[in-house]
Amino acid sequence: MSAQAFGARGTGSFPRGIHPAQAKHHSAAAALEVLPPPARVEIPLLQHLGAPATAAVKPRDPVAWGTVLGVASGFVSASVHSPLGGKVVRLGVTTLPNGRHVPTVAVAAEGEQVAGQALWEALYGGPWPTAGLDELTPEAIGAVVREAGLVGQGGAAFPTHVKLTPNPAKPVDTVLVNGCECEPFLTADDRLMREAPAPIVAGALLAARAAGARQVVIGVEDNKPEAVAALRAAAEGTGVVVQSVRTKYPQGGERQLVLSVVGRIVPTGGLPLDVGVVVVNVGTAAAIAAAVLRGRPLTHRVVAVTGPGVVRPANLLVPIGVSYREVLDFCGGLRPEAVRVLSGGPMMGLAVGDLATPVTKGTSGITVLTAREVRKAAETACVRCGRCGEACPLGLVPTRLALASRHRDWALARRYHIQACIECGCCAYVCPAAIPLTQLIRMGKAMLPKE
Amino acid sequence: MTMVAHPPDRVGPSAIVHVAPGPHLQDAAFTTRRMMADVLVGLAPVMAAAVAVFGWFAVMQVGICGLACLAAEYLFHTVMRRKPATLGDLSAVVTGAILGLSLPWSAPWYVGVIGSFAAIGFGKVVFGGLGMNLFNPAMVGRAFVMISFSVALGAGAFVLPDAPSVLSQATPLTVGKMTGEVTPLWPLFVGNVNGSLGETSAIACLLGGLWILVRRAGTWDAPLAIVGTVAVLSAGAQLAGIHPSLTVGHHLLGGSLLFGALFIATDPVTSPLTRSGRAVFGILIGLFVMVIRLFSGYPEGVMFAVLLANAMVPLINRWTVPTPLGGPVPGPVQKGGGA
Repeated sequence: MSAQAFGARGTGSFPRGIHPAQAKHHSAAAALEVLPPPARVEIPLLQHLGAPATAAVKPRDPVAWGTVLGVASGFVSASVHSPLGGKVVRLGVTTLPNGRHVPTVAVAAEGEQVAGQALWEALYGGPWPTAGLDELTPEAIGAVVREAGLVGQGGAAFPTHVKLTPNPAKPVDTVLVNGCECEPFLTADDRLMREAPAPIVAGALLAARAAGARQVVIGVEDNKPEAVAALRAAAEGTGVVVQSVRTKYPQGGERQLVLSVVGRIVPTGGLPLDVGVVVVNVGTAAAIAAAVLRGRPLTHRVVAVTGPGVVRPANLLVPIGVSYREVLDFCGGLRPEAVRVLSGGPMMGLAVGDLATPVTKGTSGITVLTAREVRKAAETACVRCGRCGEACPLGLVPTRLALASRHRDWALARRYHIQACIECGCCAYVCPAAIPLTQLIRMGKAMLPKE
Repeated sequence: MTMVAHPPDRVGPSAIVHVAPGPHLQDAAFTTRRMMADVLVGLAPVMAAAVAVFGWFAVMQVGICGLACLAAEYLFHTVMRRKPATLGDLSAVVTGAILGLSLPWSAPWYVGVIGSFAAIGFGKVVFGGLGMNLFNPAMVGRAFVMISFSVALGAGAFVLPDAPSVLSQATPLTVGKMTGEVTPLWPLFVGNVNGSLGETSAIACLLGGLWILVRRAGTWDAPLAIVGTVAVLSAGAQLAGIHPSLTVGHHLLGGSLLFGALFIATDPVTSPLTRSGRAVFGILIGLFVMVIRLFSGYPEGVMFAVLLANAMVPLINRWTVPTPLGGPVPGPVQKGGGA
């Protein structure tokens, strides 16, 4: 694994983008804690991009930690597992922050649970081998990753085994582990990199083995020097390169990170795979290691609970399926001035209307904002200043796209490449006229007639 | 935007959780109003130079135009179109200041008033108000009065025969074009020459323009393209012997080139959306300025050059649609082809 042999290197940055206040101070210093096991969890069968899992249990079935609750129903799908030992209560339906109604399996805890330090040790603690991983075949790694229900933990929740399955038409030479966490406020990846660098490195090596990549790079924004140092120490002698990249939003977008680190441009409408790169989040990398080396399916994840609207911001290891309410309760609840609860960060996160919503595999954080931070300026006329275009990491002209969306002028929308928009939010953030550019473009993309 | 009343149970006293589409943050420091305020700050050195050269005439002209533009905005926009008052966005003040600074010191008071009403009325409100106008409002107003009061704004209007100061001299570009006399460059740089109020001092324009660019109230693309184009074309004209008394320095420092490049061509509303578009826009302005200066009856052409280039902005925008970072969106044909 000779990582240094590769010449193709990015500059550590990408064109345009924005510099919002990072606001990491709320929770960056809070060491990871393990949430006490809740009495009950409700696990959505669709937490990922693709087809929902099929329920594999009935009410009153006994389950243990790791029991399969739902089985992947196709190639682009992911199984779900119980984070608790206990009993299936019922099969229900919930609404996720993205507005989708999804079937769920509710599990009530019964008896002794693996909790606290023991849970941490099982998932992240102890030694993690970085040598001898070549004895595992790529197919075996892919199969375990698939069975463990792994999906991307950065937010988009794309099934991981799909990325890792080698495609002869598109050979992969690089696994890029995304430790940017460029969203303001969020600190979950930061804490995980600082406190559990070893499983991240091991998981990255396993991903490279599965995908057939020769180079492994972990990209971390340069506002997280402790994470870089911890990862470098853990990666010593493994060939894994830890590269510090410029702190700029949206550095953690995979198109931007591939350009920053590897210096390749992902084609519009394509995937990093098209330029020989597989991108996985640091949380996903650690989950790959836990699945392959310890047989642990994805049942828990690290969530940042942060923002000025939370009494005690924290970084927590929580079971998937626990409600936002219970997580917030553990952090002292909401402050009186809290006005918005977000799944994720403030740029791409989704507002949550019901705190009974369960945490899913893609929940990177719970950010609670007060009236001070949320968008509130009244919209005024566009003065065509072009700031949106100077912020757009894709080099689009957002004001035109928003205009086209507002007037449903699909020819104009296509002429200005509306489908290339990644909805990162930079344009709406900078607009001096407070036009909800991203929101309009998102609507336009959804309404755009198929060709 | 919905607000979901939510039973909070044990979570905090807040009973209402707002739901709205992201992004949930906004750069509150940068607003349209701040952009306009920055343009006004950028105009301050120009105003100071105008007062130094022309005294109370400068204060009077700019004051008249500023107040008249505010009155016109209120009348046309708020009274007649029944739209909410927009005086607070400062755009009318900016138009008034630029219009006032582009007039000769000698223009009678009603020229400024009529120019202001034409600027706001024909230049802005008929198009739908701020952000909708095709032409720079101040230049529309100036063109209107220039054609309506050709004597009061012609080259002769600048000259007061028995005044002891620079006011007794013809403007440098007129001198160069008509008599072949060479004006020294230093007065052009500091501003101790005759001309429209805001145009005489190159250093004041550069200082104010720098402020606008640093504060990002305007972009540098168009000014750079204008200055570059004029420099190249005037060097060519000098080599070709057209009006040999006007050197590259005269073309760059004289007339309202820097004022126009830094304060008028940087108007975001009437310039193209993209960087390459603004470069094309600037090159066109530079080209039109030189054509008018060298081959027309007018000694100066920045106003008409800007208006002509404004008319081409929609076309320029069509020509300069940027390609996304990863290339154009693949069509349905390419998708099936596996290229």
